[in-house]
Amino acid sequence: MVLQALAFYLFAAVTIASGAMVVVSRNPVYSVLFLILAFFNAAGLFVLIGAEFVAMILVIVYVGAVAVLFLFVVMMLDINLAKIREGFREFLPVGTAIAIVLIVEMLWAVGVIGTRSPTVEAFNKAGPHVATIDNTRAIGQLLYTQYFYLFQVAGAVLLVAMIGAIVLTLRSRPGVRRQKVGEQLYRSKADAISVVKVPSRGGV
Amino acid sequence: MYDVVLDFLQHHWLGQGIVILLQCLAVTVPLLVAVAYMTYVDRKVWGSIQLRRGPNVVGPFGLLQPFADGLKLMLKETIVPSSANGILFLIAPIITFLTALIAWAVVPFSDGWVIANINVGILYLFAISSLGVYGVIIAGWASNSKYAFLGALRSAAQMVSYEVSIGFVLITVLLCVGSLNLNQVVLAQAGGFWHWYFLPLLPMFVIYFVSALAETNRTPFDLPMSEAELVQGFQTEYSSMPFALFFLGEYANMILLSALGSVLFLGGWMAPLPFLPSHAGWGVLWFALKIAFLLFVFSWTKGTLPRYRYDQLMRLGWKVFLPVSLFWVVLTAAVLQFGGWVPKG
Repeated sequence: MVLQALAFYLFAAVTIASGAMVVVSRNPVYSVLFLILAFFNAAGLFVLIGAEFVAMILVIVYVGAVAVLFLFVVMMLDINLAKIREGFREFLPVGTAIAIVLIVEMLWAVGVIGTRSPTVEAFNKAGPHVATIDNTRAIGQLLYTQYFYLFQVAGAVLLVAMIGAIVLTLRSRPGVRRQKVGEQLYRSKADAISVVKVPSRGGV
Repeated sequence: MYDVVLDFLQHHWLGQGIVILLQCLAVTVPLLVAVAYMTYVDRKVWGSIQLRRGPNVVGPFGLLQPFADGLKLMLKETIVPSSANGILFLIAPIITFLTALIAWAVVPFSDGWVIANINVGILYLFAISSLGVYGVIIAGWASNSKYAFLGALRSAAQMVSYEVSIGFVLITVLLCVGSLNLNQVVLAQAGGFWHWYFLPLLPMFVIYFVSALAETNRTPFDLPMSEAELVQGFQTEYSSMPFALFFLGEYANMILLSALGSVLFLGGWMAPLPFLPSHAGWGVLWFALKIAFLLFVFSWTKGTLPRYRYDQLMRLGWKVFLPVSLFWVVLTAAVLQFGGWVPKG
């Protein structure tokens, strides 16, 4: 129990510290690396409460894919952070307001203030109990029964976002030579090589 | 006396700590020896393919060559380029090496012989293997060199692309097993080699192996380190121990992917014929033989195939493997559902 508490405080402290470093550090590459550290420790926290599936998915999706793309973009672009920082004071009240709203929502969701949110209650009632079943199976049973439509809608939203991203970046540039793999593969010896009899002193 | 020691090891926190430490050592030390001899086998196999002898001077049959190489690397000076980012430059090889080692925590070596028998073993392996890309990309950026950076970008793009198809391959195997636990995956393939998944899922096995080649940056997908264009890719600026860590990490990753391949498709520690023993030490033997076979295929491909072009590599990953593996996931699910073979969990 002591070990678990120690692990919790370690993960929680590193998560918060690296979250702060994401905002504070001057080099955007460091920011992304601290973001990755924060994701990692959040995954550790999930493992501690017994949600190993969520922890692994967090690492696979956010650390393994999303953060890699962040890192790509940040490394390739020459971002001037000082310029981004100029509006810091201007946007501070807006940022603080959003943070406060998020904190209140979170406290309400877990039931610290007010009554427990209806979704949490429904989840506790509907869900197969975690003690009797491993949580990958529990999530699957909930997602594909009770929350089936929400799950499908989430998938549709992602699909729309993907198509949107493709439409935004797709442009046809004239004069680009492409590798046509089909044509390359269908070339045969007959249309690639021709044996020429060159007369001496005549050239081709 | 024996009882007291057993009690101490099982119940006292210090004893438990010692047991965990010993378990880790029991996995890492053989692994590092295997890595050392993998470099030797690699060179011997290429030697045979090219009608040469390979290493044959240091020790009998050149058997001490890997240790000579290791010692040489250790005694060299560690050079950190003055324009490099010092901390990240040294962290990168550590990340590569560490991720290659910690993945072994969930690999079952024999029935119940595993450090952490967790329920989401496959996801853990997938998560850890997706972290390997950070070592590469951080190395490329921190070196502050064009060759290293271009090599790192190529390597990262390649690893991210082929991870997608590996993910789908894992999903098909999961569908057949009905569990994310690696020990369960092995147990589901019990009873002779015709029960192993490489037969019903043959296309996925091929896709898995080719993707594993791409994940570990091996020929024909060794573009990140194509000597003619990029010197040595993201490793260009590295020397001495940091270089050795990259090298060890890469070979450990190769062995890891071979181990995962044999767990998923070749029945892990199961004996090839049902009447052969596959308990305890026998399981380790079968498992090691299967890994050795897959590693031999790794060396064999390297000695045989030419290098892919970058656009061909991306085309193969996104336009061939991704649709094929996605289709195979749907097909497997349909066959299991309508054939009445859905595994009961």
